[in-house]
Amino acid sequence: MTKSDPAARVARTVTRADLSEAVYQRVGLSRAESAHLVESFLHEVSDTIARGETVKLSSFGSFVVRSKGERIGRNPKTGVEVPITPRRVMVFKPSNLLKARINGLAPADD
Amino acid sequence: MIKSELVQRIAENNPHLYLRDVENIVNAILDEVTNALARGDRVELRGFGAFAVKKRDARQGRNPRTGANVSVDEKAVPFFKTGKELRERLNEQQLG
Repeated sequence: MTKSDPAARVARTVTRADLSEAVYQRVGLSRAESAHLVESFLHEVSDTIARGETVKLSSFGSFVVRSKGERIGRNPKTGVEVPITPRRVMVFKPSNLLKARINGLAPADD
Repeated sequence: MIKSELVQRIAENNPHLYLRDVENIVNAILDEVTNALARGDRVELRGFGAFAVKKRDARQGRNPRTGANVSVDEKAVPFFKTGKELRERLNEQQLG
């Protein structure tokens, strides 16, 4: 099994433009509409999470909202203790398949 | 919300598309992110968040049940950092 060495190539950053290109290649839509659908996707996921609802995307992972209570933090520079207000945070839990793919253990399903 | 519900929702907002197309679109997006991470690339989606891969060195682990030593190979784990806009939106509403 060949596992590409991450040090052998320069890692690049994939952006919205790459996602719309992928949509454009896969589905017969215009480039503009592909870009619009990528936005639409991100928008729906964001809205759902902002409502506090979990988004589960099978074989990819889930976005889970967690509520955190108040706790005492410390300004690392001055050492002054400050209360950290209760807040909601989002965590991403990768699926086993995604973890396997990242480690080169599962075949790409193109 | 699960993937099929997400597909349904996007399809409702884009009535000119078939459900099957929307499903393809969502899968194309998720596959692109997965493939990027598998290559070791970073995926940055402003306002939403960024996916990155972090490397974990090989280490000597322990089976918590038996206490036996096991060696854990080096591995890569996906990591997500929530974008600023989404982080702020999560805390817009009054907390109960």
